Amino acid sequence: MSLDPATVRRIARLARIGIDESDLHALQGELNGILGWIEQLNEVDIDGVEPMVGTGHAALRMRDDVVTDGDARDAVLSNAPDAAGPFYTVPKVVE
Amino acid sequence: MMLTELTIAAAQDGLRRRDFSAVELVGAHIAAIERLNGRLNAFITVTADQAMDAARRADDVLAKGEAAPLTGIPLGIKDLFCTDGVRTTAASRMLENFVPPYESTVTANLLRDGAVFAGKTNLDEFAMGSANINSAFGAVENPWKREGEADTVLVPGGSSGGSAAAVAASLVMGATGTDTGGSIRQPASYCGIAGIKPTYGRCSRWGTIAFASSLDQAGPMARTVEDCAILLQSMAGFDLRDSTSVDCPVPDYRAACGRDLKGMKVGIPAEYRVAGMPAEIEAAWNKGIAWLRDAGCEIVEVSLPYTKYGLATYYIVAPAECSSNLARYDGVRFGRRVPAASLDEQYEATRRAGFGAEVRRRIMMGTYVLSAGYYDAYYLRAQKVRNLIRRDFERAFQQVDVLLTPTAPSPAFAQGEKMDDPVQMYLNDVFTVPASMAGVPAMSVPAGLSANGLPLGLQIIGRSFDEEAVLAAASAIERAASFTHRPALRAEVV
Repeated sequence: MSLDPATVRRIARLARIGIDESDLHALQGELNGILGWIEQLNEVDIDGVEPMVGTGHAALRMRDDVVTDGDARDAVLSNAPDAAGPFYTVPKVVE
Repeated sequence: MMLTELTIAAAQDGLRRRDFSAVELVGAHIAAIERLNGRLNAFITVTADQAMDAARRADDVLAKGEAAPLTGIPLGIKDLFCTDGVRTTAASRMLENFVPPYESTVTANLLRDGAVFAGKTNLDEFAMGSANINSAFGAVENPWKREGEADTVLVPGGSSGGSAAAVAASLVMGATGTDTGGSIRQPASYCGIAGIKPTYGRCSRWGTIAFASSLDQAGPMARTVEDCAILLQSMAGFDLRDSTSVDCPVPDYRAACGRDLKGMKVGIPAEYRVAGMPAEIEAAWNKGIAWLRDAGCEIVEVSLPYTKYGLATYYIVAPAECSSNLARYDGVRFGRRVPAASLDEQYEATRRAGFGAEVRRRIMMGTYVLSAGYYDAYYLRAQKVRNLIRRDFERAFQQVDVLLTPTAPSPAFAQGEKMDDPVQMYLNDVFTVPASMAGVPAMSVPAGLSANGLPLGLQIIGRSFDEEAVLAAASAIERAASFTHRPALRAEVV
């Protein structure tokens, strides 16, 4: 599996990372290098093996459905790059 | 002996006996940071004033005879742990001005026990790297020098490179690290100190900036195994705020360091004898085997056949989780924003400017292996291979109590080496990644010097939640190695 420039652009778009045309060639080479190297996993027989999604030592815990935290609006907003009053701001999205 | 040469264990006693004050102890370390950090770049942020204030409070507590376990002990905190009111950057432009309004559980535990924070240590951006060259705040210099090469700058390893360099150079008595695929153990090995990655679930991940959530685990780094045990005692424990935190008792780690090893079974995994392993690494390993045998251990050859797939599996699983975790950096709620005309353009411009090259590469790799049409071929397959790797360890631990391997395939290399090809850089973690994949505890301990005078570490891997056996075996190696070498750049000489 080798990535062409269009696929690299598509991945960058999915990841919401801007790439310059000048980055494209180097990035394509690096990603293909890594993908070529991980191809080795194709030789492993994984028939009937369950995927491991975590170490499984902690079972998900239930707790009462009550508020345990909050009332910290100013702290939550304190790192916003551009807050307006009690709101985050974004560029206009509705024309 | 200078105050910066003391172990944490000795400093605890000295403070209680009032041989010296916390102000003197912390002051000596702050002065060392002021002399050496300009060169080593081990700290991104130094909190000298807060540290001296904390030292004065520690002296009040000590005067009343109410000392907590770490009262007055100066530590470095990897700049991946959120610290209330102190800038936390993850070594990224993205978080250059991020000041958390809360304290991570691990650092809160250390503060509860009286520790004094000297500052936030440098790292690879978002903990992604093995040489601490991927920091937006500049590379860290390893305080060690190759014999006869005083001008060659070596890397400290990564990602916890600032913590390792700071501890090795005696700028602090110990430090926190995090380990996702070797980020505590490999820099510990490169800098001639000890460091333990505890069992996944042992230390809370709450308030630690996430990289790969199924692998990330906090742990201590210090100059002795016992000091690591003292720090881990404070850092570890159940936390309701981390759903993967495990509710099991934290044993007395310090006591485990002195445990008799008679009858302990030590496994030597055949597959770790990789082709092309440098002779001096193999020699250090063989010495470690002999030391544990002399300490009364039974040495057993074991097999971990899927180990060789550990690294390739890791470089699917970790980027996948990273791409998901780092989606939060959107330029809206916190962190850097690069304004643009539309929201999508703002995301792309912000993430292009805020992330460094390695982080962008891993996010893109993770995005690809999770994308429609490729998920099964890459991500699902990797999760299945990960299960096979874990089963290898489970089978081995039916036969033996711990495993002994080298920590890294080489001593510290120079800045500029291994940097053209990401895969060559990834290979530094070939011995540390498998234990991360399985979630089991593992520790690096200094075992000797390479031919050109650089430290070499050995790795002890244990059963889940049996950090005690790991600490016991590492202590035995430490005693046998009597590693008293110190780096060229350190507080006592510069």
